[in-house]
Amino acid sequence: MESQETLQLTALNAVHDALGAKMVPFAGYRMPVQYEGVSVEHHAVRNGVGVFDVSHMGEFYVEGPDALAFLQSVTSNDVAKLHSGKVQYSCLPNDQGGIVDDLLVYCFDAQKYLLVVNASNMAKDWAWLQAHLGSFDVQMRDESAATSLLAVQGPLAVKALQSLTEVDLDSMTYYTFGVGSFAGVENILISATGYTGAGGFEIYMPNAAAPAIWQAIFQNGSGLGIVPVGLGARDTLRLEMGFCLYGNDINDETSPLEAGLGWITKFTKEFTNSDNLKAQKEAGPRRKLVGFELIDRGVPRHDYPITDATGTPIGIVTSGTMAPSVGKAIGMGYVPSELASPGSTIYVEVRGKLLQAVVVSLPFWKGNKA
Amino acid sequence: MMNVPADLRYSKDHEWLRIEGDFATIGITDFAQGELGDIVFVDIPTEGETMDAEEVFGSVEAVKTVSDLYLPVGGEIVEVNPDLDGAPETVNSDAYGAGWMVKIKMSDPSEADALMDATAYAALIGA
Repeated sequence: MESQETLQLTALNAVHDALGAKMVPFAGYRMPVQYEGVSVEHHAVRNGVGVFDVSHMGEFYVEGPDALAFLQSVTSNDVAKLHSGKVQYSCLPNDQGGIVDDLLVYCFDAQKYLLVVNASNMAKDWAWLQAHLGSFDVQMRDESAATSLLAVQGPLAVKALQSLTEVDLDSMTYYTFGVGSFAGVENILISATGYTGAGGFEIYMPNAAAPAIWQAIFQNGSGLGIVPVGLGARDTLRLEMGFCLYGNDINDETSPLEAGLGWITKFTKEFTNSDNLKAQKEAGPRRKLVGFELIDRGVPRHDYPITDATGTPIGIVTSGTMAPSVGKAIGMGYVPSELASPGSTIYVEVRGKLLQAVVVSLPFWKGNKA
Repeated sequence: MMNVPADLRYSKDHEWLRIEGDFATIGITDFAQGELGDIVFVDIPTEGETMDAEEVFGSVEAVKTVSDLYLPVGGEIVEVNPDLDGAPETVNSDAYGAGWMVKIKMSDPSEADALMDATAYAALIGA
């Protein structure tokens, strides 16, 4: 067995074991990859409601008179557009054209923000941000180890949660948050965010409160078919939406413009490497991250070559799966920009065979048919 | 409890054989399907081919991973389960029955003697 004694445990570790979850090492944590099965959990989130323990994610608070100016300088999106209670998807560009991490920025006010970062990048992000503090008058606080995070996702999430909190969940718009009591615990942050495209909420809490809050959510949602969901379905759900996964689709060497993250790359301000990225935008990136569906039978996987019809490599698959809701083998990958338009024919080399694929628009999953 | 039928032979690659004379039906074990998770595609392009033991006769794709299928004994692949194309999840639900993968005509049936019996396989997987 892998040496699990070196892995960090979330506050819900014993809960996952009691539920019979298959646990795997992920970003230094022992995490549930599935409970009943990836497909069942995936469909539960698309059609009902499911709960993910994503306590491995990192939480950094940034506070002080220069908090806004500091975040403007290190993130790609325009933090000035935020107001109290608003969340923004953004990234930390590096100075070599790539991405340090993608993240969520929560605005309490112009002097207090919460950054939610990927577990795999926590130490790198912290060091990067510290190194760029310069003369900005801000304090950073790492609350990652003390914070648990549950994602309650799916069309029935409001029903599963509303009676547990006085925060009005139904009227909460996408990418906003509120703070209030939840299941009897005060000062809980609840945001209308997620990584599934199914709607729902993310709930941040102190570790000590996590087991009781998990229990309360499952009791409250028992009539709704609520299920625990692992990282396996988290990946199929996010991929059906075309959401980037750091380490797969974006990394230290992919530019946000190549990755289709131009919409969170705002040249109305200066930020790390913004001059070079602006030049890249004007020239047009050489390659682009696209979504594709396989025409031939097979399943594309991370790092499989993308080729032309003769088998000459022209790009690389960054994510791939058999998509449970879409019902097709789908993937994302980098291709030369001239092949990035929907309808373009590309090939994926799957275990020595060339399988035909077609570039499609994102998201793959266009929503439940009315 | 782990399901390891007593009347089958087993390979270290987690395949089972049901031997009938010179013929053998082959699939993956209940343990293997459980480890793979939801199976979404079974690709066996070797029907009609004669192969040696340990050769790859196909692959099985689960949501999260892909795994090669190794022929436990040499022989000719005389039949591929036609139902798996439309219902690969049958391998999850009935690994030893409707989820069978190929039937082979063994080149040398004595090769099967080297495979594990149920007791040995159960010990291998810690059942």
